[in-house]
Parts: sequence; C-alpha cells; structure tokens
Amino acid sequence: MSEHSTYTPGSGVEKWLDERLPIIRFSKEHLMDFPTPKNLNYWWTFGAILAFMLVVQIITGVVLAMHYTPNVALAFDSVEHIRRDVNGGRIIQATHAVGASMFFAAVYIHIFRGMYFGSYKAPREILWILGVLIFVLMMATAFMGYVLPWGQMSGWAATVITNIFAAIPVVGTPLLELLRGGFSVGNPTLNRFFSLHYLLPFVIAAVVVLHIWALHVPGNNNPTGVDVKSSRDTVPFHPYYTMKDLFGIVLFLIPFAWFVFFAPDILGHPDNYIPFNPQVTPAHIVPEWYFLPFYAILRAIDFNILFIDSKLGGVIFFGGSILILFFLPWLDTSKVRSGTFRPMFKWFYWLFVVNFVALTYLGAAPAEGIYVVLAKITTFYYFAHFLIILPLLSRLETPRPLPTSISESVLGKAHS
Amino acid sequence: MATQAEHHSTRRDFLFVATGAVGAVGAAAVVWPLINQLNPDASTLALASIEFNLAGIEEGQSVTIMWRGLPVFVRHRTPAEIAEAQAVPLSELKDPATDQERTKPGHEQWLVMIANCTHLGCVPVGDSGDFDGWFCPCHGSHYDSAGRIRRGPAPTNLVLPPYEFLSDTLIQIG
Amino acid sequence: MFNTKTIIAALAMVAASALAAPAAQAAGEAPHIEKQDWSFAGIFGTYDENQLQRGFQIFREVCSSCHGARLIAFRNLAEPGGPGFSEAQIKALAAEYEIADSTAEGGVRPGVPADRWPSPFATEQDARDANGGALPPDFSVLAKARGVTDAFPWWLTNYFTGYSEGGPDYIHALLTGYHDEAPEGFDLPEGKSYNDVFPGHAIGMAPPLMDEMIAYTPGEDGVEVPMTVDQYSKDVSAYMMWMAEPGLVARKETGFRVLLFLFLFAGLMWATKRRIWKGIEH
Repeated sequence: MSEHSTYTPGSGVEKWLDERLPIIRFSKEHLMDFPTPKNLNYWWTFGAILAFMLVVQIITGVVLAMHYTPNVALAFDSVEHIRRDVNGGRIIQATHAVGASMFFAAVYIHIFRGMYFGSYKAPREILWILGVLIFVLMMATAFMGYVLPWGQMSGWAATVITNIFAAIPVVGTPLLELLRGGFSVGNPTLNRFFSLHYLLPFVIAAVVVLHIWALHVPGNNNPTGVDVKSSRDTVPFHPYYTMKDLFGIVLFLIPFAWFVFFAPDILGHPDNYIPFNPQVTPAHIVPEWYFLPFYAILRAIDFNILFIDSKLGGVIFFGGSILILFFLPWLDTSKVRSGTFRPMFKWFYWLFVVNFVALTYLGAAPAEGIYVVLAKITTFYYFAHFLIILPLLSRLETPRPLPTSISESVLGKAHS
Repeated sequence: MATQAEHHSTRRDFLFVATGAVGAVGAAAVVWPLINQLNPDASTLALASIEFNLAGIEEGQSVTIMWRGLPVFVRHRTPAEIAEAQAVPLSELKDPATDQERTKPGHEQWLVMIANCTHLGCVPVGDSGDFDGWFCPCHGSHYDSAGRIRRGPAPTNLVLPPYEFLSDTLIQIG
Repeated sequence: MFNTKTIIAALAMVAASALAAPAAQAAGEAPHIEKQDWSFAGIFGTYDENQLQRGFQIFREVCSSCHGARLIAFRNLAEPGGPGFSEAQIKALAAEYEIADSTAEGGVRPGVPADRWPSPFATEQDARDANGGALPPDFSVLAKARGVTDAFPWWLTNYFTGYSEGGPDYIHALLTGYHDEAPEGFDLPEGKSYNDVFPGHAIGMAPPLMDEMIAYTPGEDGVEVPMTVDQYSKDVSAYMMWMAEPGLVARKETGFRVLLFLFLFAGLMWATKRRIWKGIEH
C-alpha cells in the first residue's frame, strides 16, 4: 500500500535505514498516514482497546509469572503471596484477573459491532475469520489462566472442561488422559496449563498482526457500509484516530480501574478462595461470565439425538456455536453491509443480542425447571439466527437506499 | 484575523502540552510498580534483620547461621586467637584492618563474618590454613583468626555484616 | 456522539457482562443475610483499628484453638492498615508461640515476627479427629471465600457500589445464626448444631461465642464496647476480612487517586480529540 506513503527519508541515516529495513516507512504508512473513513463512531475504538488489553495482559502476566509457582501444593499460596507480599502485587494480580473480564467485554462489543455493520462481508471475510480465531484462542487462554490459582473453581473448571473431550467417540478417553497428563486433573495438568497460558498470548499477538494486515488491505468498514470512494471520505489515522482511540482507551480504563481497586473479586467467584479439593465439588459451579452463553448451549442438550448421546450432542452444539461464526460471511448474503440500511435485519439483530444476553443469564442459572426449557429455546434461536434468519433475510428484505458516499452521509448528518 | 489565529494556536498548543504531560505522568506512575515488583518482597524484607543468641557457643567453637540467604560465621575466639590476631602488624596485611576494627569493643571474643570467600564466593573451612583461621579450598585463600586475608587470590578480608550487641549474649544482624 | 440505540446496546452489554455468578447463587434457597455497616466498605472504607484488635483478641482466645491462619505472619499485625500493634508487641506475641524448625535444637524454637501463624493441628487428619470428622477451615482468606446472594435484579447494583463485604456479612450471620434446638421436623445429626445460614443448616461447630465470654478493655476514649455475641461476631468478622485482604486500605487509597487521574486525563483527551477533529465533518 505504498501509494499512501508520503515518506521521504529526511536524513542520510534515515535513507540508509530505509533501504535496508523500511520500518519508519512502514510505521508511517500503517500507523500514521493510513487513510481511515472519517465517519467511524466510538464502537470502532474497541479495536484499539483490545490491542491495549492484550498488552496489559501480557505485561501483568509476565510479572505474575515471576512470583507464581505452578505446583498443586504451592500454587494457591503463591497467588496469595503475590497479593500479600510482593510490592504492588495485589494491584498487578487484580489488573490481570479483572483484565481478563474487561478483555472479553471489549471483544464482545467488537464482535457485535462487526455483526451489526456487516464488517464480515466481502472483501473482509479473512479479517473476520482471523478475528474469530483470536476469540477462540482468547477463550483457551482465559480458561487455562483461570485454572492457575488452583482454587475450587479452578480445579473443577479444569475437570469439567477437559471432560468435554471425553465425549468424542473412540479416542475420547485416551485424549482426556493425554490432555490431563493423568487420570484426573492434577499437577501435570496445572503445569502444562501454565506453560500454555504463557505461550498462547504470543500466538494471539501473531494472529492480531495478521488481523490488522487483513484490515489494512481493504481498509476499515464504516457505519454506512459504503466503500471509500475518494480521499474526501477519509482522514489519516494519525492524529485523528490515534487520539480518538486513546480517548476511548482512557474511558475504558475508568470501569476497569473501578473493579481493580474497589471490587477486585466481584467478577470472580468466592469459591475460588478455597484451595482445590478433588473430593468436594462446590454447590454451584459456573464458569466465568464470558463463557456463560456457550456453557448454556453445552448444557441445553440433555437429550439423545438419534445415535448421538446427550453428552456428545452438547459438545457438538457447543463447538458448533463457535464454529458457525467462521461461516457467517457466507450465511448472510445481503449485498448491503450496514444494519442501518436493513430495516428487517435491524430487528433480528437486536433480538439476537437479547437472546445472547439470555443465554448468558441461563448459563449461570441452575439446570432445573423453567431454565432448562428457556436454555433450549435460546440455543435453538442462536443457531436459527445464523442458519435460517440471515439467509432468508437477504432474500426477503428490501434495503433502504444507501448514501452515494461517506462524505454525503456525514454532510446530511451535520445539517440534521 | 492574525491575532485570532495566533490566539487559537497558543490555546491549542497549551491543551496538547497539558494532555501530553498528564499522559506522561500517568505512564510513569504505571511503570514504577512494574519495576518495583522486582524488589525484595515483604516476606524477604521481614528476614532482612535477625536476632541470634550467642549463649550456647563455647569458647573455640564456631557456628554457621543463615542471614539474608548468606552463611554467616559466628566464632567464639579463644584468648590465644585474639592475642595472635592483635599482634599482627598492619604492614603484613593485604587488606589492613586492626582486630579492634573487626570486632565490637568489649566483645572481642566474638567474630561475626559473612562466610563467603571474597575471591569467588566459596565457604572457607574453619580451624585450618596457615594462619590459624580459615582456608578456602576452592582457590587457596588463607584467612587469619580475625578473618583477614593473608595469602591467596582473595582481594579483601571476609566481609563483616552490619550487627550490634543487644545484650552480652544477643546480637542483631542487619 | 451517542444515539439512543447505542445506549441501549451499551446497556445490553453491561447487563450481559454483569449476569455472572450471582444468577447461579440466586437459584438455591438462599437464606436471608442481614448486611452490616462495615467501616471498610465503600470508596473511603478503612479498617477500624480498635475493632481489628478486638477481633484479634477473639480470634486468639476462641477461634485459633481449632482454626489456623497459615498465610498470616506475626509481622502483618504491625503493618499499616491493620490492627496497629507495635513492633515490640508483635515480637513478644510471636515469642509466645513455638514454631517448627528443623534446623533448631529439638525441632522447635520461639517464633519471630517473620513467622507465619502456627496451625493448631499438625495434620488435616488430626484436625478432623479432634473435631468429630469436620475440618475447621483455615481463616487466612475465608472472608473472601464466602459471599452473600442478592435476589435479581438487586445484585446488579453491587457492581456499581463495589459491594465486597459479602464474606464478613455471611460470617456475622453465621455466628449469630445458631439455635438451641432445630426446628420441628429437622433431623439434626448427633454432634451437630442448627444454624440458619450454614448450607444444610447442620454445622459441626458448636456455638463458639456467648455474651460476656471475652472481656474487652475499654479504649483510651473510655467508650465501652458491648460484650455481646452480636458485637463479638462483628469484630471477628472484621478481623477475618483484614486477614483475607490486609492491603485493602492502601488499595482503595491508590484507587481513589487513580480514578481522579483518569477523570482528569479523560477530560483532557476529550478536549484534545475535539480540537483535532474540529473542521472535519464526521
């Protein structure tokens, strides 16, 4: 994308460097001059917020690893040692733990923004797929990180989630033992989870680079969903979006700091302050809030489907609920990207959001009475949205007229 | 027009400078705890100063205790060792120090030293060497009965930790 | 800047993120737990030194014969934001306890401030044998390992008030929730006591506190603290919260400064962003 470059090496040294490693040119093209639609709203700042959160989690995580001990006899106490004795340890540990929740809050907003404005549609399918891949990697990382304090919720989460793999026919049990490094969750499990929890964020960072690369080929989508037509539609990324994103990050830090300093444990579960005891399961085990929608889907399948038993069925629907996201670009065939110009889609989008929130709630509710029925309905609707509603909508719906360009749409807005 | 534009640009500059300065302060405030966490933690600092009771150590006997993760020799010297150490002329010493400087006044029988050879950190062997003191088997450094280097590659005398007598039989190291 | 739909979406996200564990707890028949006024609640909350000292007295004289506190070092009792004992008091206190030390003569030595609180039982099995099969839990982080469940939608407000005192509220309710006799029809096993808030109601611990059981010495201000089970329970709950979260005061003080900074910085960033975007229609 060198056509955007206005870079001319200023000094001899810069010229020398530019011919060997054009890093300044690259930064200028992609971090400063990159033409960005000028009508991006605040929902678009969550990309920068997520990049920021990844850095926060990696830095605090590296620090915590300096004081943490991945051994079943010592892990719980070493986390308390961090909280009690390490200089500033309580804040650093709380930032990492609360940070996981904030990271997921931001990623959900980012995903739902993409879904509303059709950011997954051509030519951004790969961008979307890489994003879903990051989401999956984040879930794996967060799950393994949650195991590390080795409290009751840690140990039982590890037990329950690894058991998912046992549902796979034939190879299930050997696979389960392979994952755990034993017949039950124990020291080998903890130790390998620690290793992988340290590794995966760097894999995420690598996929984030690809994600941004795939973004910079077609450029940003925008709230109108209309392609950039001329340079009048865009502004350079710096200073316009660097400052807007930075403002977004600072705003995001306010609730983040609120939780870290005033309620560091409120997003967690009290039972995780009890050391893991393989003989006693807590009365209500629930995953962290950000897994609840998918956990609800996992539990909703409590009946056999033909020759598939309920356990395997739950796992298939659980995996399917995430896998289906990869196919979203081809399930929604409407030519119009932005939900703003799709009168019917808009309603179904919000219905999907409500349904997703309901799944979150049901994931934490006990599996009894009305909750079981509701979980089944919401699970069905989750899949129906992707497999029935979106394909049908693109045929039935008459979109509203699109503005001819981004410039035109913002002019109209300024006078209204 | 010109003054108005100028006025605008100064206000703008001030705003940008103020924002940048506040942001820099914030960044520094974040960086410091991330560095400070590397410093010794509270449980380590709690053991930075220890008390040790000398009552059980017989004359001529030496014990090794641990302080801040380092071995420390505590030796109850015999009158002969004290006399020998005090008799050495400073000119014969590689790292000149009187025996008085190596002990606390009124407690000359007690020698308290960090037990790592000042050469490369091995622990010297007691009651040996050519000077009735310590001998480091790693590289052959000889120390006398006041822990002073007499022969061998070590550059300085055995290091004295900061310590004081709380009573005749109780010392506080660190 | 934000339209109505944006706000609705934001609220939906907040609701989604807030629908966490409490929903699960809301399920089981949760006994009602009276919330107390704790000095350490809220943005400006700090521990009451006198209360922590009284709580420590109860812990030491009553609880510690069965319950350990393995993460607490004697030195913690003299650290800022805690019960405020002096260095000399801590040294004397630590010396009263015998600490297992394989390098010491006879395997034990008197404690020093750096030592951790010694456990009342050598092994878990010893602890069970001495307590009718029940294991008295360690107190170090117990106040954070218990919580209070609020009915929907009231727990949503907890995220905005930062309610983190569920542990002490539960412990206070447990200590004041004993009954001499189980209600009609409740089959209380031998050796157990009936408690309102304990899960399953049959608790292995006999009522540990009684009125006038522990003699409080009036403080310097001459104010006499009532010597009742209710007051004892509050004091020991506060002390347990301190054990679980000894850095609470420092954390909240830092947090207050951080939030002030963030509001200032956000304001400046907002102005900067507006200034930069001036003249750009977007």
